[in-house]
Amino acid sequence: MDYTTLLSFGREGWGDDIASGVAITVSLALATLPLGLVLGFVVALGKRSTEPTLRLSANIFTTIFRGLPELLTLFLVYFGAQIAIQQIVRAAGGETYIEINAFAAGMFALGAVFAAYASEVFAAAFSAIPHGQYEGAHALGLSRWRTMRLVILPQLIRVALPGLSNLWLILLKETALVSVIGLSDILRQTGIAARTTREAFLFYGTACLLYLVLALLSSIVLSAVERRVSAGGAAR
Amino acid sequence: MSEPPPAIGAPALSARGSDVVPPPPPARGWARARVTGIALLGLWALVGAGTLLFLLSSWNAELFARYAPRYLSGLLVTVQLVAISIVLGAVLSVPIALGRRSKSRIVATLSYAYVYFFRGTPLLAQTFLVYYGLGSFRPELQAVGLWGFFREAWYCAIFAFSLNTAAYQAEILRGAFESVGRGQWEAASALGLSRLQTVYKIILPQAAIVALRPYGNEIILMIKGSAIVAIITVYDLMGETRRAYSRTFDFQTYIWAALIYLSIVEMLRLGVDRIERRLTRHLRR
Amino acid sequence: MRITRRIALGLSAAALALTIGGATAQEKLRIGTEGAYPPFNNLTADGKLEGFDVDIARALCEEMGVECEFVTQDWDGIIPALQAGKFDAIVASMSITPERDEQVDFTKPYYTNSLVFVAPKEAEFDADNVEGKAIGVQAGTIAAEYVEENYPDAELRAYPSQLEAWADLSNERVDAVLADFGVQYEWVNSEGGACCEFKGDAVGGDDVIGIAVREGETELVEKFNAAIDAIRENGTYAEVNAKYFPFDIYGE
Repeated sequence: MDYTTLLSFGREGWGDDIASGVAITVSLALATLPLGLVLGFVVALGKRSTEPTLRLSANIFTTIFRGLPELLTLFLVYFGAQIAIQQIVRAAGGETYIEINAFAAGMFALGAVFAAYASEVFAAAFSAIPHGQYEGAHALGLSRWRTMRLVILPQLIRVALPGLSNLWLILLKETALVSVIGLSDILRQTGIAARTTREAFLFYGTACLLYLVLALLSSIVLSAVERRVSAGGAAR
Repeated sequence: MSEPPPAIGAPALSARGSDVVPPPPPARGWARARVTGIALLGLWALVGAGTLLFLLSSWNAELFARYAPRYLSGLLVTVQLVAISIVLGAVLSVPIALGRRSKSRIVATLSYAYVYFFRGTPLLAQTFLVYYGLGSFRPELQAVGLWGFFREAWYCAIFAFSLNTAAYQAEILRGAFESVGRGQWEAASALGLSRLQTVYKIILPQAAIVALRPYGNEIILMIKGSAIVAIITVYDLMGETRRAYSRTFDFQTYIWAALIYLSIVEMLRLGVDRIERRLTRHLRR
Repeated sequence: MRITRRIALGLSAAALALTIGGATAQEKLRIGTEGAYPPFNNLTADGKLEGFDVDIARALCEEMGVECEFVTQDWDGIIPALQAGKFDAIVASMSITPERDEQVDFTKPYYTNSLVFVAPKEAEFDADNVEGKAIGVQAGTIAAEYVEENYPDAELRAYPSQLEAWADLSNERVDAVLADFGVQYEWVNSEGGACCEFKGDAVGGDDVIGIAVREGETELVEKFNAAIDAIRENGTYAEVNAKYFPFDIYGE
């Protein structure tokens, strides 16, 4: 069979399967992003807190999720959390089961890892904002919440954006690991095609190209966003 | 200017009037922060105690005697793999970093493409591409006498990992050298230092401080990333873990692996911190 | 069509990160299988499951009068996935072993198996002298266990699926592959396996294959057992057998 047939969308080809893999990869990354961002921001707040117990909790979080291999985190969530939940439900005398599917496991595991790194980016961005900004907002009579929303966040995002863009690109690549726990993403779909057709180089090469295209598209979007965000504020 | 700025979406504040000064933030936020902090710490303690309890309750001396040596050999494989790849990658990263700054457009573009490819695709896909992908070119590789190398999963892993880390290290190197200002070069040449002397005495010491942390992170990333080699039949720490799990179906196998990985990474991080403190001791007062 | 459906699936999975089952799970029986083990269970280019295990499972479901749904799961996670409730039964050519029996309950065997070596035709491979030889197996199978226990001086190479083990055998990265007779038979008679042939006699003694269910689900085991007897009686089993193998795979 020639290469165009193998990559076609017809019955004989693997194009449709690979395309669905792209959809899964992209939706997993997009679903993980908000979770990771919010969690990362909260952890960063914890790190900057004057309260030592909060700082410690936040640091334990980052130590664990930056220290474990992502693949292992994924297994721990996919199998471990499942077993733990099962035991808790059984202990409570319940009959139902709660399933963590591969997608959800990937989202939680990668989201936690993303949050651990993002909290560092946010924390660095926080310290880049001069203390005078808080004092100024306070002098204007803004509440803490409004200070955060109107004064600090807009500046924070501008400072944190390059770091976060980088984390997004890393996240896109790390979604490949969920193929190991059976989610039909790009790498799994191309892998099935590769071992079935024995055209490993063609299909794994295709997988690499697809990830490159995703990275390229992301960079275009991200640099547009960065331009917009930095155009919005005073040049420094 | 005692009025708050445009009170869009904040009727509550403007209704209260501007003469009401909010209390200093720490006063009430503090107690709440403490409660949350203690609750979270309690949660972590619970997770820790749960893990410990799980390990204690499922403690099995026979299992430990059987698998502990295997974990150790797996750990050794992981360390070797990472050490060799990092060193080979470091050697390879020098020409790539120089290539990125080359005046020749072809060389610069090629180096850029190299870095972009290896940083833009997952290590797992690269490893598959090398191991299974090159496997489909066996006749061609045999013809040029390279098959003996790519036949072995171990060499394939080192090959893929070295190429990958070389791309990252090249960027670290470039960033570190670019962080040293032009003035340093100019001043050195004004003092009559040779190029080599300038690099060794002036530029490297300054670049090393900048590069240390990224290098440490890169090693940590490699240790974590190397957990995928089990998929191409190399029995590293993760491979031994998965093997033990597939035989025993005992989840503690994964918990042990997690503890080992965590302690290596933590030790490395502390090590980097110490070296950094030593290198930057002249900057502190 | 399929693509949009998968996107929808992915998104609904994101929205419903945790799906709560339980009572509804009983109406549809979910069968877990690997999908990388021809001719027993494998995926075609249009994403369909086919093979002996799949046909047998379909026949059993029909016999039991329940609707079945197939779930594919990688081999090394197939028992944890069953325990976690991701499906209700494993029909994936799983050998009944004491270690597995501690974790799951098995039905009566639905076929018998033996382990056999396959190696390149021109290679001299002697199962009694494998010192330094690289032997490919699928990780977490009885073949892997057998090599580990009986050939400590051989070099064990464990692959995530059987297909990768064969790919590396035809690339001569391993000297031989040890696996179930049924899959090896299919492979040496296929285009990809033309390089290779059986070497020596079957090893490892008698091996029987059963359907695994969660521990304590005796009722389901009984239903499966009755269904296995029924399809043996009414000729459905023989039909499926003949579709894949020119020999009797059931054994007595």
